[in-house]
Amino acid sequence: MKKKTGKQSICFASPPYILETATVAGPMEGEGKLGDTYDKILEDNIHGHESWEQCESFMLRTAIETAAKKSKITIPDIDYILAGDLLNQLMSTHFAIRGLERPFLGLYGACSTFAESLLLGAVLLDGGFGETIAIAVSSLHDTAERQYRFPTELGVQRPPISQWTVTGAGSAILSANGQGPRITAATIGKVVDIGIKDPNAMGPAMAPAAADTLYCHFADTGKQPAYYDMIFTGDLGAIGKQLTIELLQEKGYDISGNYEDCGLMIYFDQQDVHSGASGCASSALAFCGHIYKEMRRGRWKRILLACTGSLHSPVSYQQKESIPCIAHAVAIES
Amino acid sequence: MTIKEKEKQNYQERFNQVKPKPPIFKNIIWAFIIGGLICTLGQYIQDYFVSIGFSKKDAGGPTSAVLIFLGAFFTGLGVYDELGRLAGAGSIVPITGFANSIVAPAMEWKREGYVFGVGAKMFTIAGPVIVYGTVTAMLVGFIRWLMG
Amino acid sequence: MAFVIGGLICVIGQLLMDLTPLTPAHVLVLFVVSGAILSGMGLYQPLVELAGAGATVPLPGFGHSLVSGTLEDIGKYGFWGIFSGALRATATGLSAAIAFGFIMAVLFNPKG
Repeated sequence: MKKKTGKQSICFASPPYILETATVAGPMEGEGKLGDTYDKILEDNIHGHESWEQCESFMLRTAIETAAKKSKITIPDIDYILAGDLLNQLMSTHFAIRGLERPFLGLYGACSTFAESLLLGAVLLDGGFGETIAIAVSSLHDTAERQYRFPTELGVQRPPISQWTVTGAGSAILSANGQGPRITAATIGKVVDIGIKDPNAMGPAMAPAAADTLYCHFADTGKQPAYYDMIFTGDLGAIGKQLTIELLQEKGYDISGNYEDCGLMIYFDQQDVHSGASGCASSALAFCGHIYKEMRRGRWKRILLACTGSLHSPVSYQQKESIPCIAHAVAIES
Repeated sequence: MTIKEKEKQNYQERFNQVKPKPPIFKNIIWAFIIGGLICTLGQYIQDYFVSIGFSKKDAGGPTSAVLIFLGAFFTGLGVYDELGRLAGAGSIVPITGFANSIVAPAMEWKREGYVFGVGAKMFTIAGPVIVYGTVTAMLVGFIRWLMG
Repeated sequence: MAFVIGGLICVIGQLLMDLTPLTPAHVLVLFVVSGAILSGMGLYQPLVELAGAGATVPLPGFGHSLVSGTLEDIGKYGFWGIFSGALRATATGLSAAIAFGFIMAVLFNPKG
């Protein structure tokens, strides 16, 4: 049976369930808008570890273990783990998974990794290749800063277009059977490079990728934006969100009524993060902490989550390359 | 996905229109005040060294050393980056900012060891300053030497 | 005067960072190089006499020290002064930067 729909979308024949989600968040996120939805909030970004990288690994592993516990399964019940983070060679993820002794696939899609892992997990389950899958992503403000930007103690000003990398980890347990919201469809994104070179302007650089994936999703599945109660993007920030609405309007789809960006859901304005949140954990905390729970509560029945990633590196930026971006979308319905 | 140059240009223009501008006026005022204060502090320190017998020219070295100590110390305490958020160039351009640019990466990469971490990363930002400063100075010197 | 001139040099740096794509690292390099060139043209010394620390504490002052040391040594030793002057004149600052930089890095950890 053919499950591919249109040019780049998938409609699942037996949509997998999201049994449970779990989150670990940093202190600043704990004081943010969704502070009371996280399972664990750390008192600082290092939590007694020797390095920020170790702390990020700890968060990722704790998120997986908490999600498993909430789903009433044990780690050996998990068939595969799909996970990723922002660091070179997926450092945080690999050290977090070490010792769990489960089959593992590491994923890198920058900040789009959360949707990437959800959709690949759903593909594996719908294909009948397993029963239970754990997915997880993480990011930590300071590990990202020192890799992508400047040392954290350097006295520089962040430009107003810049976004704040979220400290946190989110995990979800997917299952072929059970109950909960189901992943019904997905759209795999293309790499879109509109030529933006300023690494601070990730939201505006990613907006065309988000608009392209959302457009393809609507075109491929024949659905209108109004089909969904809410449409979310991962971490476009204030300016990126506005540009995405405009770009989609030009292609004939109006999402302005039921659309929010996860990057604007994490922090309060007075937390001085400028254009919003970014990082793998932006969409992961918003979804695992808030959106999933609201779906269970019945507030939303159908949502579309499009996580966006800017695929540049410090090397590509220094070589004066523009920023290639990607967005993957998953439709979740209960 | 191939995107035409024209389309890229249009998007860049559109982005430039909505891009939030830095609060330039506020930034300039703070840069002026903090930068000015650091230089005034430098003047007091220099006057002190002159008062204990240094010539005006020879007082420059010890003055820099004291300011560098202060910049390094407050970076260690984790205060200098907070100052930098407010002062911008006001705390980057004075020699205390040079010290900040040395201590920040050295401290940051301590976990990577004392040779490849602290030792190697210390001059990631200050290194280019010394390289281009010294090369320019030698070039200027060479030209002046040629001119006799 | 130190306050005004020092403050104004920082304002130029701020404008460069806010209005151009230059990063702080680029601004620092640019300032040292411009200080050195101005000094070579004999334009920086008058500013130092006018503003004192206001001209020597900002980074162009470092460029000025490098050049004035070089010129001084050329006067004393001729050609080989080109190689000795720059670092001799700035030795106190550079040694202090290396020593204090190292000590602080050993003593403190970044707070993020």
